[in-house]
Amino acid sequence: MQLFPCPFCGLRDETEFSFATEAGRGRPEPAAEVSADAWSSYLHFGANPKGATREVWLHAACGEFFVMERDTVTHMVTVQEAGEP
Amino acid sequence: MTSTRLSTSGRPLAFTFDGRSFSGREGDTIASALLANGVRIVGRSFKYHRPRGIVGAWSEEPNAVVDVTLDGKTTPNLRATTEPLVDGMAVRSVNARPTAEADRLGLLDRLSPFLPAGFYYKTFLWPDWHLFEPRIRAMAGLGRLDPAHEPPADCPVVNARCDVLVVGGGRSGLKAALAAARAGEVVILVDDRPLPSGSSIDRELEIDGVPAVQWAADAVSAIAAAGGRVLSRTTAYGIYDHNLVCCWERRTGDADRQWRIRPGRIVIAAGAIERPLVFADNDRPGVMLASAALHYLRRHEVLVGSNIVVAANNDRAYETARALAAAGAAVTVADLREQARASRESGIEILAGATIDAVHGKAGVEAVTVSGRRIAADCLLVSGGYTPSVHLFCQAKGRLRFDDAISAFVPGDAVPGISVVGSAAGELGDLRIVPAWPRAGAKGRQWIDFQNDVTLKDVELAARENFRSVEHLKRYTTLGMATDQGKTSNMNGLAAMAAITGRSIPETGTTTYRPPFVPVPFTVVAGRRRGELFNPVRRLPLEAEHRAAGAVFREYGGWLRPAFYGAGAATDEIRREGLQARETVAIFDGSPLGKIEVFGPQAGEVVDYNSYQTLSTLKPGRTRYGFMLTESGVIYDDGVVTKLADDHYVVSCSSGHVAGVVLRLEEWRQDRFDRSRAFVHNLTPHWATLTACGPRARSLVAALSLGIDLDDAVLPHMAVAAGSFEGVPARVARVSFTGDRSYEISVPLSKATALWRAMNEAGRPLDAVLMGSEALLMLRAEKGYIIAGKDTDGTTMPHDLGIVGPRDKRQGEYAGKRSLFMDNALDADRQQFVGLAVADGGAMLPVGAHGVEPAAGGRRSIGYVTSSYDSPNAGQPVALGLIRQGLARTGEEIEIVHLGKTRRARIVSPCFFDPEGVRLNG
Repeated sequence: MQLFPCPFCGLRDETEFSFATEAGRGRPEPAAEVSADAWSSYLHFGANPKGATREVWLHAACGEFFVMERDTVTHMVTVQEAGEP
Repeated sequence: MTSTRLSTSGRPLAFTFDGRSFSGREGDTIASALLANGVRIVGRSFKYHRPRGIVGAWSEEPNAVVDVTLDGKTTPNLRATTEPLVDGMAVRSVNARPTAEADRLGLLDRLSPFLPAGFYYKTFLWPDWHLFEPRIRAMAGLGRLDPAHEPPADCPVVNARCDVLVVGGGRSGLKAALAAARAGEVVILVDDRPLPSGSSIDRELEIDGVPAVQWAADAVSAIAAAGGRVLSRTTAYGIYDHNLVCCWERRTGDADRQWRIRPGRIVIAAGAIERPLVFADNDRPGVMLASAALHYLRRHEVLVGSNIVVAANNDRAYETARALAAAGAAVTVADLREQARASRESGIEILAGATIDAVHGKAGVEAVTVSGRRIAADCLLVSGGYTPSVHLFCQAKGRLRFDDAISAFVPGDAVPGISVVGSAAGELGDLRIVPAWPRAGAKGRQWIDFQNDVTLKDVELAARENFRSVEHLKRYTTLGMATDQGKTSNMNGLAAMAAITGRSIPETGTTTYRPPFVPVPFTVVAGRRRGELFNPVRRLPLEAEHRAAGAVFREYGGWLRPAFYGAGAATDEIRREGLQARETVAIFDGSPLGKIEVFGPQAGEVVDYNSYQTLSTLKPGRTRYGFMLTESGVIYDDGVVTKLADDHYVVSCSSGHVAGVVLRLEEWRQDRFDRSRAFVHNLTPHWATLTACGPRARSLVAALSLGIDLDDAVLPHMAVAAGSFEGVPARVARVSFTGDRSYEISVPLSKATALWRAMNEAGRPLDAVLMGSEALLMLRAEKGYIIAGKDTDGTTMPHDLGIVGPRDKRQGEYAGKRSLFMDNALDADRQQFVGLAVADGGAMLPVGAHGVEPAAGGRRSIGYVTSSYDSPNAGQPVALGLIRQGLARTGEEIEIVHLGKTRRARIVSPCFFDPEGVRLNG
């Protein structure tokens, strides 16, 4: 059971959180100008790196979205930032 | 008799084993009591039904697995070596009929040449595994489940934090805990044995000049005095992410407990387990670990034999030999080391450079041939060295290195937050061990994994068939996969593979260590999360009122809600409610309906982005129905949104989607808008919502004196008005899920009961009916109103319901927009939402039945029935479904198949009742 840091609530069990998206993936828009490839890539193709990763997570208990840097191999959480993902 | 008890002290405890009566004494384990009574065969092996005896003295035991009946309840697969004896226990051997001693399937062992490792897998290829599986299941295995015994869900889970968690209460663990406690750290020490001090008691060691027993007791007191906590009979069975340690505490008289401990750091002092030696027939009852014999002697006053041979490759086994000789046994030490010196001391003969050539006696050791000389013996003790218990360290992704000085793997590079001390770290003193690993090509049946019946030949077979990696070896032969998790067999197994393949042991490597360290009962893992607490339902504030009114409850989207009212048959009551609701007026509890408020200057932008339909263009006090899409363009939920003011909206989504809709609103608010200019507040649990619907609904609401003008010109369909009820705010919304005139009245929870009673009172002269969810679901289906997630699936987009306005006309962005224009969205062959009328004169169509049409090579599914009801109002069965190109096929008849039967249905408009919609204002 991992512990994730919510910017408001502090360390909580991972079951209270859900993964939202990889950080820094801007939503392509306006729709009329977005190619099908660009949209599929936005919807379906994450980088899914082995090792260090930067992600947006949701603390479902309080509703806060935040950025978390962690390692997908060691599961160590390195950085957490509140505010604008 | 072979093994005996040396004293008659202690309170006697009566028990039976395989139907025979025996007497043990207080403090016994089942194993020590069996040994005290001279029982040698305690079970039959998993595969070949070989007679097996007790090998170990604690959790490493591979053979002595038993079913225990106490107070009429049978618990299967307990380890006799760790289970305390209780007066009145009925103990039964596993995998043996009628008894372990006289097992009818014992002759299976003669077929062993035809049943090598992997033979079962080969039956997958030839001739046919179906022929074998039922028999294999009957013949192999462990204990029997007692279907009548459902253990209560009463094991508490304790969450704990500490600075230091010490695993293991032997000398090293106690010292580490003591030092930390004295340094002011918060300490928890867990020890799986009833008494602390580990193997020091058995070895009668002195620690700091004090006998181990006394020293350990003092240490425990000192730890407690310094504020620490010592948990005996508590096994740390797994280290999980971020160093969560789960422990199983066994208690007498109380339910066991699970401890979930988050320590600042972990000290592993889990000790080491003695290794058996591998030679022909080393599985005979009476072959036992030397350390186990010492344990039974020192803790239980049981002498495991009168003529004992001790086969060893290290110095420590001599401690055992001397203790047994002092207790009166005739002892021969067969020292496997060439450099040992043959000699004789009091009661002990020592043979140097010895070989174990044969073990005689089918049902138990009768004699041992050592270096060609037959020695009469009733017990053969083995000591092949010690394997440090590195399980927890490895579970935490620790890496091992091979230590030649002790011929064992020890912890390698440190893992953050974890240290390993004592025997677990390989600190075993001067063993002067000379490795005695299995040799390739050795003769006879040399057992490596006793519990899973894996021999040296099986390892050779695996290597020959190219399963050379230890992970493959494990899975092909099942070596180490038994309930003992290979505590005594893994090292010998991988050493055998190393010898066979000509690699070193470190090159061969170990298999992955995974929790749990010992078998942990599901009751302990599950705790109280069973039955109602497994996934608790949410309950209505008016549940008591509904019960008083005779409601029958079912779960809907996580809520426990009235399905219908009355003691009659469900179909009759639902039909009655559905008919009367359209004749007079129905009262329905819609409290779980979403009431999510969005406010602030950007509230309109947030709800617009969240929705397929534009909402900010509503006039204040008006409501609009619409969809919320995922970014894939799929309908996530439907619902109505009310604009109370330009900066204040209420999103009323489906009951089961409230939490999800709140979070998607939060996501857009935080990720896309100015989070200081829009706010989301879920008021669903704070307001009760009661609905009056039907032709007499207005009369009912009028009688409530809500201070609202109910004139249709003032409060038309899809409008909202604010009033008050008994001094608190009341909100009345004219939205309808039945197609009839309908008023949803919401009041703060404190007035829920009062409103319910007032509506019942007002309804009486109107012949009102209480309506449960089943009738409502039927009425909405008559109208063709969807339930998102029931009448839509993970592909359904708004245009599949024929709602294309926003897609074709709406400017600006909204969630899921781009997906509505992808190739798959524009595909002509999509499943679309339709009504399905029965066309063969039969009964209602089954939900889930597929529509089919001819296709190349047979027929293809063109969709399925999503909802179906025997509607009393429409005068015919009504069904809704998703059918390919359904919108363009109105009037066509299609085939519907279900469980081998074919039906006929006609594609029709989903609205079966009041297609003009006049009843909304009727």
